[in-house]
Amino acid sequence: MSAPAASRSQVGNPVSAWEPVIGLEVHIQLRTESKMFCSCANRFGAEPNTLLCPVCLGLPGSLPVLNERAVGSVLRLALALGAEVHRRSIFARKNYFYPDMPKNYQISQYDEPVVTGGTLDIGERGAPRLVPIHRCHLEEDTGKSFHPEKQGDRRETRLDFNRAGVPLIEMVSEPALASSDEAYRYLTRLRQLVRVLGITDGDMEKGSLRCDANVSLRRPGAKELGTKTEIKNLNSIRAVERGIEAEIRRQAAILDAGGRVEQCTLLYDVDHDALAVMRSKEFAHDYRYFPEPDLPPLLVSDAALETARRELPELPAARAERFETALGLPAYDADVLTADYEVAGYFERVVAAGAEPKAASNWIMGEVARVSKERGWSVADVEKTFPPARLAALADLGKRGLVSGNLAKEVFAAMLDDAGEPEAIARARGLVQESDPEALRPLVRQVLAENAGPAEEFRAGKEKAFGFLLGQLMRATGGKANPQIARDLLRQELGQGP
Amino acid sequence: MAIDKDTVRHVALLARLELSEEELERYARELSAVLDYVTQLRDLGLAEEEPLAYVNDAFPPAREDRARPSPISRAEALSQAPASDGTYFLVPPVVEYLEP
Amino acid sequence: MTPHWKKSAGAIAREVAAQPGTASAVLEAHLERISAWDPSVHALLARDEQGARAKAKAARGGPLAGVPFVAKDNLCTRGVPTTCGSKILEPYVPPYDATVIARLAAAGAVLVAKANCDEFAMGSSTENSAFGTSRNPYDLTRVPGGSSGGSAVATATGMAAFALGSETGGSVRQPASFTNLVGLKPTYGRLSRYGLVAFGSSLDQIGIFARTVADCALVFAVAAGPDENDMTTRPDGAFSLDGLDLSPGAGKGLTVGVPRNILKEGLDPEVAAAQVAAEEALGRAGVRVKEVHLVPPAACVATYYLIATAEASSNLARFDGVRYGYRASDATDLLALYTKTRGRGFGPEVTRRILLGTFALSAGYYDAYYRLALQARRRIREDLAAALDGVDALLLPTSPTPPFAIGEKAQDPLAMYLSDIFTIGANLAGVPALNVPCSFTGSGLPIGVQLVGAAAAEGTLFRLGAALEGAIGGERRWPELPS
Repeated sequence: MSAPAASRSQVGNPVSAWEPVIGLEVHIQLRTESKMFCSCANRFGAEPNTLLCPVCLGLPGSLPVLNERAVGSVLRLALALGAEVHRRSIFARKNYFYPDMPKNYQISQYDEPVVTGGTLDIGERGAPRLVPIHRCHLEEDTGKSFHPEKQGDRRETRLDFNRAGVPLIEMVSEPALASSDEAYRYLTRLRQLVRVLGITDGDMEKGSLRCDANVSLRRPGAKELGTKTEIKNLNSIRAVERGIEAEIRRQAAILDAGGRVEQCTLLYDVDHDALAVMRSKEFAHDYRYFPEPDLPPLLVSDAALETARRELPELPAARAERFETALGLPAYDADVLTADYEVAGYFERVVAAGAEPKAASNWIMGEVARVSKERGWSVADVEKTFPPARLAALADLGKRGLVSGNLAKEVFAAMLDDAGEPEAIARARGLVQESDPEALRPLVRQVLAENAGPAEEFRAGKEKAFGFLLGQLMRATGGKANPQIARDLLRQELGQGP
Repeated sequence: MAIDKDTVRHVALLARLELSEEELERYARELSAVLDYVTQLRDLGLAEEEPLAYVNDAFPPAREDRARPSPISRAEALSQAPASDGTYFLVPPVVEYLEP
Repeated sequence: MTPHWKKSAGAIAREVAAQPGTASAVLEAHLERISAWDPSVHALLARDEQGARAKAKAARGGPLAGVPFVAKDNLCTRGVPTTCGSKILEPYVPPYDATVIARLAAAGAVLVAKANCDEFAMGSSTENSAFGTSRNPYDLTRVPGGSSGGSAVATATGMAAFALGSETGGSVRQPASFTNLVGLKPTYGRLSRYGLVAFGSSLDQIGIFARTVADCALVFAVAAGPDENDMTTRPDGAFSLDGLDLSPGAGKGLTVGVPRNILKEGLDPEVAAAQVAAEEALGRAGVRVKEVHLVPPAACVATYYLIATAEASSNLARFDGVRYGYRASDATDLLALYTKTRGRGFGPEVTRRILLGTFALSAGYYDAYYRLALQARRRIREDLAAALDGVDALLLPTSPTPPFAIGEKAQDPLAMYLSDIFTIGANLAGVPALNVPCSFTGSGLPIGVQLVGAAAAEGTLFRLGAALEGAIGGERRWPELPS
């Protein structure tokens, strides 16, 4: 499958004109209560080897029992991708020896997976770019092995089986991404989607989202694919992007020199922007797949599909659409707010607490975003200091004309340490805008009295003088006059207003 | 012979079995006899037959997603381990050699 | 006064229910039998006398209250060493009980010891055990059959009132036939496999040895039924004794089919005679005997040895010296750890089957071997169903020969495999089958016959088995204790 011509990108150097073809294989660690095939807790960060039972430790005589929530998760993903759900699919054993594999086979799916097809849109609203998906299937995670850091270090490899048996979805794209940028967007969108679906935390640093990239080059317009290599150990979306770029450069250099790309597996070191070829294995992998006899065929019932449909949350594109049409937000705001599922949820809660949508959006995209970045806050952290009602009250101050502009920002800053209500804080610090005409009137008259000349000029028809007088009035009030009220009052006193 | 010594050597590696040359020869002979016997299946006209992987038609449902306390403590799990440091299972070091 | 070790499981349970104190005396009687017999027959591996005594003391009610039994050493028993007859699991102590073991314990049964078996249940004579072969108590120079030889010997000699074995290709029926016992292979999925160390996962079933059909049914009713730990159990798999007729007249009106076409050639004359005797006995019991056609079973052996070994090659991959069991001490790198541990830990038959199974699944050979075998399996199941159409069960010999001599077939793997030729079809089709003692050879060796039924037809098999039992009649012929 090839990318549409418009988004095909080529390696920068005009001399080496190669078309990159990229496929991504993503492992999504599911956020379930228990493991895939046993009832041990699916928990990150527990003490090593404390979440074990005969099944996930691979003791003789143990048998797998499927977790129904894992099935629900892959069904929801399939619906969100518009993929085909196979109502009957088969689990298979993938046989190979490795110390973090309790059974020395992994229960996975092979030639009859539960989901095939579908697309992931990595474009913008109004300009979709649909990347075709090859398949999604269920499998179990391995334990963790801790190898010696370098030669001559500790003399053994340590094994922790807590992670063994944690549920995974493996999602394989078609080789249809045309650049490292597209790969970056694919992962960003996928991460957003799986978090919206609630099936995973999608945290690459914690390993709940893992990505291997397959990269090959070919002449533009060629139909056949070049030899592909696999890049592993990509621990962040940035690393995926850079690793792919590095591999494209490496392969282009080989091909430019008239050489041939060898199929191999590489590791990418993002700190040094360096690729390293893994020692080519002396023994080829022959996984000897066969149907898993301990698990019956996976039959997806109508009820299960119906439940998955019902449990589908509003997807980002639809949500942004709704923010625009129902809440009246500009498209830009809608897109920014829905880029992160949790931010969008917070926004809606603030609106539900009474804030005007645009005001809430301004606050969240502005001061809230700034402080979050400064302090490394998650949305949950934000919500601890600014529960929806509190931020809504702050936004309301502006709507009521009590505080505005930079003074409102001062109130916000004060609210970080002061747990009081926004209005009380504003009043206590003297930040409340004066909006009472009768309270302002004496000041207006005073300013007019002190600036009789400009006042006369205005009455004679010089509009500009109004701006000068307004500025003087605002200075006199220390910036606290409600600008609209001040304007109206000034015109009144000058004999022109309502 | 249906299966020769080199094939047995390759299969033994896949299965992680260390075998002597003499054993490789003996198994090649014995396995060839069995494989010759099983080729009779080719004469049964099975080309159109659907493979049968599961004999039963009804199965228990999948398990509800609920975590239970682990029935095996770390101490119990490691007590059977041929090598451990009290926290981890230990094996000889696995080192992936990298060529830059 | 009948000694306790001669009593049926049902009789013991009734006595103990009436008088709980009896359980300890019952156990001691069986322990004495063990002391008397086991040095000659080597049926047992790990013993748990302490645990057994505690259980006997605590025995109250329950369908198997105070009944001593042994379990094949490929069944996980918490706290009791479990080796599967292999050096690679020496030492290994399971931290959990197999579901069936737990159910029997809940019913009051008393586990006394683990029984010797062919290594990882691979064999037909128990000669493949890494811990010595067991001997047929009716003739110590002969095999007791396999792979569940130890379980059979223990039950046949009165060391236990009943025993658990396992079947993948006949490993309960064939030893039962060789040792004058009733041996049941249940419908696939009726007894939970959780805790049964896997050999051929789509074929394995725990089996039951008993001296009477009634005892066999009693144990089956306690053990059978779905298990949340095993997704291959049948939701409808529970079995009730309610309304089960096991009187000598239980077979009246039922029909058995005899596949004469496969019994013409290669059958030992004494086995052929036993078959005739069984047919006549059933006839006397009011059972109709009809001729049916069964496809020659040679294909069964071929199919079985591809599927079972393929599954086994994968099931046994976990034995690698990493988390439990034997580890080669001289391995300095990971590859050597695997290859030396497994090379030394597994015996020749297990090695042979792992190689065969790995080969059958390997790249380029999967379609020609493993997939072909799965196709053949469907055909075999259809053929068996066709033969059963119109009859309640098939009646045919369990083994083509009487018990053979120790060492006789050990050097010829193919010959050993062919001794399963009549039993394997039921395992491939997943249907139940029951060995019932029939007669003895001129030299006093037991010969049994088997009844093969449709899926979930254990009740019918028990009825026919009881009818045959009743018609053959006579006192049980016990093996003689060597002097």
